Amino acid sequence: MSVLPADRVTDLSIAADAAHAVNPWVALAYLAAGVLFILALRGLSSPATSQRGNRFGMAGMLIAVVTTLVTNFPWIDPNNCPQPVTTDGATFTFDPCGTVYGPDWATGLEILAAIAIGGAVGWIIARRIAMTAMPQLVAAFHSLVGLAAVLVAVAAFLNPGAFGILGLDGNILAVSRVEMALGAAIGAITFSGSVIAFAKLNGNMSGAPILLPGRHVINLGTLVAILGATALYALSNDAGAGEGWLFWALLAAAFVIGFLLIIPIGGADMPVVVSMLNSYSGWAAAAMGFTLHNTAMIVTGALVGSSGAILSYIMCRAMNRSFISVIAGGFGADAAVAGEAREQRPYKTGSAADAAFMLEQAEKVIIIPGYGMAVAQAQHALREMTDVLEEKGVEVKFAIHPVAGRMPGHMNVLLAEAQVPYDKVFELEDINSEFAQADVAFIIGANDVVNPAAKTDKTSPIYGMPVFDVDKAKQVFFIKRSMGGVGYAGVDNDVFYMDQTMMLLADAKKMVEDIVKAFD
Amino acid sequence: MDFISILSIFVLACFVGYYVVWSVTPALHTPLMAVTNAISSVIVVGALIAAAAAGSPSAKWLGLLAVALASVNIFGGFAVTARMLAMYKKKDKPAPVPEKKA
Repeated sequence: MSVLPADRVTDLSIAADAAHAVNPWVALAYLAAGVLFILALRGLSSPATSQRGNRFGMAGMLIAVVTTLVTNFPWIDPNNCPQPVTTDGATFTFDPCGTVYGPDWATGLEILAAIAIGGAVGWIIARRIAMTAMPQLVAAFHSLVGLAAVLVAVAAFLNPGAFGILGLDGNILAVSRVEMALGAAIGAITFSGSVIAFAKLNGNMSGAPILLPGRHVINLGTLVAILGATALYALSNDAGAGEGWLFWALLAAAFVIGFLLIIPIGGADMPVVVSMLNSYSGWAAAAMGFTLHNTAMIVTGALVGSSGAILSYIMCRAMNRSFISVIAGGFGADAAVAGEAREQRPYKTGSAADAAFMLEQAEKVIIIPGYGMAVAQAQHALREMTDVLEEKGVEVKFAIHPVAGRMPGHMNVLLAEAQVPYDKVFELEDINSEFAQADVAFIIGANDVVNPAAKTDKTSPIYGMPVFDVDKAKQVFFIKRSMGGVGYAGVDNDVFYMDQTMMLLADAKKMVEDIVKAFD
Repeated sequence: MDFISILSIFVLACFVGYYVVWSVTPALHTPLMAVTNAISSVIVVGALIAAAAAGSPSAKWLGLLAVALASVNIFGGFAVTARMLAMYKKKDKPAPVPEKKA
């Protein structure tokens, strides 16, 4: 960073003080935005209040953006014009100022154009995206938040006066350097991590874990290097932005570590990864909120950070895996080995007509959908089957495992899209006791979440994971493409071989459609 | 505001977040992620400041780029959340199904 001329230092520190001596109305507006964001999440406690909550969120964002635009509208000030940039003797001047003092409408229009372009892109994507692709979309959106955080941190580094983080000596304040460096680093990790998560979820990259030799040492070393560089940067006493190269170095290291952290994590753990990156994007926003002393950003960062952390915890608990072991990665790498060791055991198969007959006779049917249902796009056919059964007086309920699908709550959205009423969809702990009274457990596209080995076999990789007690149901239908494949965890499933199990070996959508046709 | 006041807001907001998020029904966890995604784009505040500030053309252009990226997220995040939430419907005909716990 260049050393600032003495007269500018004074100007900028006054500007810094002014930026942080907050106008109470502005502070209140940001606080209101923060409160509206809390209400937006609060609304999600029930589907009935959720849409109103979402509107609170939009209102909060509108307030935050308008407040910022009004208080920071680009301004032409002949006393605070950019210095000419000199390169190799030639002088390039960025000088919109002239001698006029007043609003800089050109820049204002550029900002509105940026909002319009970004907004249009986002809106079109949101309208067109398939609900099955929601995990990829969320990962892609996380990467944008991460990148935006990095860009803001770099902009603050390049133009600290505008962010009001210069001390009286013309250096960036030490505490602001830490916040800025952390914001940039977390943003960079969010960005590169989310790009990898997106590629894995979208199928651009194999879901199999990529295990580098000595990866734990490399990762820990890089993390320590980032923290060390942050500390050195904060303590350095170079003028301007401090020892600038440290900032760039830690930013580069953060991009690399985001990449390294996610490549060893297998497809089965992606729900945890997506939740974790959600959390990171929040912490990045919070760190930048500290830099800007902005209540809305800090509150939002804390909310989003906690949200992602809690979702990661819920996902880990639902798989009975520790967060550390997920982060360490490698789950699913030895799946093939476990799969090969399977012995051949007898099982019963049935046709759509058999299943239709028994479903009609049942009083209570519990359907357990898994990601396979979404892959086969069977949810609409399934809803049709449910409608017919209900007309015949059969009670039908849906049972959703927390890790069903590729992200938390994914299966609920897919069922909602197929117009399955949400009051018929139940969580694991709410419905598990009902299998003993169920005539039929109908498993479609799920596998590991009904595997009794999780309860009995201590050597199983999924031991301890809470599973549905389908073995208590009088009859089990298991829709599966073939007997060859095994679940994500790569373990055999005793449910296939139970006396009351009938395997329906076919494409899930085709099978359900055939069952509907077979109803008389 | 001094650092301690900001830290206080942050810590208290973490607690608010903890309790609010635990009260979110698991059925809405995907919309929760979409909407947290949208609100974390409040980073746009920093982007707008950077884009509006005179003094560094490169910071200004980075700011404008960040404004565009965050806008993708704001509009996309809220729109996709609204689209998902609109799909959650109760049964049309009144049924004696007990209200799901909040």
